[in-house]
Amino acid sequence: MKRRFIETIALALLRGTALAVLLATALLLGSIVKGGLGVITWEFLATEPTQGMTHGGIFPAIFGTVCITLLMIVMALPLGVCAAIYMVEYAGNSALARVIRASVNNLAGVPSIVFGLFGVGFFILFLGRSIDRVRGGGLLFGQPAMLWAAATLAVLVLPVIIVNTAEALNAVPRSHREASFALGATRWQTVSRVVLPQARAGILTGSILSISRGAGETAPILFTGCAYFLPRLPIAHLGIPFTGLSLPMVNPLDQFMELSYHIFIMATQSTDATLTRPIQYGTTLVLVALTFLLNLAAISLRVRYRRGLEAR
Amino acid sequence: MSSENALEPVEKVDAAPRPAELDFDNVPQTVRLWQPVGQNPKYSLLPLFLGSSLVALPATLVATLFGVACGVYLAEVAGKRTREIVKPAIELLAGVPSVVIGFFCLATLATLLQNLLHTTFRLNAMVGALGVSLVIVPVIATMTDDALRAVPGFLREGAHALGANNWETITRVVIPAGASGLVAAILLGMGRALGETMIVLMATGNAAQVTLNPFDSVRTMTATIAAELGSVPQGGEQYRALFLVGALLFTLTFIINLVAELAVARMRRRLAL
Repeated sequence: MKRRFIETIALALLRGTALAVLLATALLLGSIVKGGLGVITWEFLATEPTQGMTHGGIFPAIFGTVCITLLMIVMALPLGVCAAIYMVEYAGNSALARVIRASVNNLAGVPSIVFGLFGVGFFILFLGRSIDRVRGGGLLFGQPAMLWAAATLAVLVLPVIIVNTAEALNAVPRSHREASFALGATRWQTVSRVVLPQARAGILTGSILSISRGAGETAPILFTGCAYFLPRLPIAHLGIPFTGLSLPMVNPLDQFMELSYHIFIMATQSTDATLTRPIQYGTTLVLVALTFLLNLAAISLRVRYRRGLEAR
Repeated sequence: MSSENALEPVEKVDAAPRPAELDFDNVPQTVRLWQPVGQNPKYSLLPLFLGSSLVALPATLVATLFGVACGVYLAEVAGKRTREIVKPAIELLAGVPSVVIGFFCLATLATLLQNLLHTTFRLNAMVGALGVSLVIVPVIATMTDDALRAVPGFLREGAHALGANNWETITRVVIPAGASGLVAAILLGMGRALGETMIVLMATGNAAQVTLNPFDSVRTMTATIAAELGSVPQGGEQYRALFLVGALLFTLTFIINLVAELAVARMRRRLAL
């Protein structure tokens, strides 16, 4: 009787805690949706901040976030997927492979602000300044820019992409690889025609998750390229030779505004933080919506992928 | 000042010695302050380290209670259908950018807490700790869930066959078997708590002081880097001090992650037996 009583109480407590965590999540999201929903209009999304950032919209920040995220994907995704393929399919269990695996895991646990320091020290001061020295003619690469911010974020999401991709590759049954080898396929043929097609959905899921992680990070880009306020979009007009026309291009050497940085700045260093509270809520809601769309896509993709695996 | 002793917490004495009278104001003494701006910059890491601890330890404690309970619930109690709803919801919390949680702490949680506890400072270490625990609860919960689900089913069946009920099976069989995994989960959570930047930068008040009161305003190592690196001249004394803080942070989290990894390896070995 007493045992039964303890069990009932304990299991109820476990349920209660899980419920409390869900409630905390709901409170967090609810307060942001409540504060931000009224602010979001077409004008808020499509115009730039005005009157010392106390009015107007957040278009440059949205634009900057999308640009830097795309740039980050271009840098991190191929590298991460290739590294994972090497680790799982080629490296085996050698000492080198174990060292690589351990470093990737540890890289994933490095604080994001340390990546920010790395970005300043390595990308801007070392790489950028070196390019400038070789190129001659003043400072161009050796200063905070979208290029370096994206590179810093790419380093941050790299271990996440590698771990997720490796997991997807490991989920492909060994027997499929062996069957392929038995038919005389080489290792690369096996990887490219048997393993990768099966692991595709898993790789995609992991990549989307890591991208959403990168898109929401603030600390690494604090010093590597974010601008408090930029009265222009980071766009340069690239002349097409012989035509006299010019093509607008995103300029990766320019600074940029970014959603998460905008939230941070508006909430802590704005001239009047209470007056701009609605803008802060609106910006937060946009960022949350953006990352949630990415997360939802990943989760639904994974559910479909798991069903597919079970059906096989 | 040469670069070797640039980081030591000593006060510079630039006034000429006046042997006739004792000038207590200019006696070189150890001060435990982080005051990088001013005539005599002081770089003691003690207030920053205490600040980090005052946020990370309570955060880990709270997150352990809630995270482990959530993980146990997901792995052992929840039915398949509830699990498929609760788990993604918790993962959704893990996907919220930390700046958003920081903003939530600053705008909502801080006021809530002050009305409740009447603290002197609206923004204090506790607000930051609660915010950080929101970030690491999902980490601990998912890892606990993974660890407990790796415990083979026959152990549970054996316990049930001996007459143990669900709760006794959980506490005396499943949790001991997955203990290393739980330790790893908690350690990784603590590593994340130490490294969390935006939440503590926005919600802890940012006053570097030597205190052990979790309701004081504090400044963590991460927040110090984030707040100061943007405005210091490159290569200077303060710049190097900030990189030292970064190196220290890296070492600390590296050790914690390493121990966690060893714990996971240990569990794998034991369960394979």
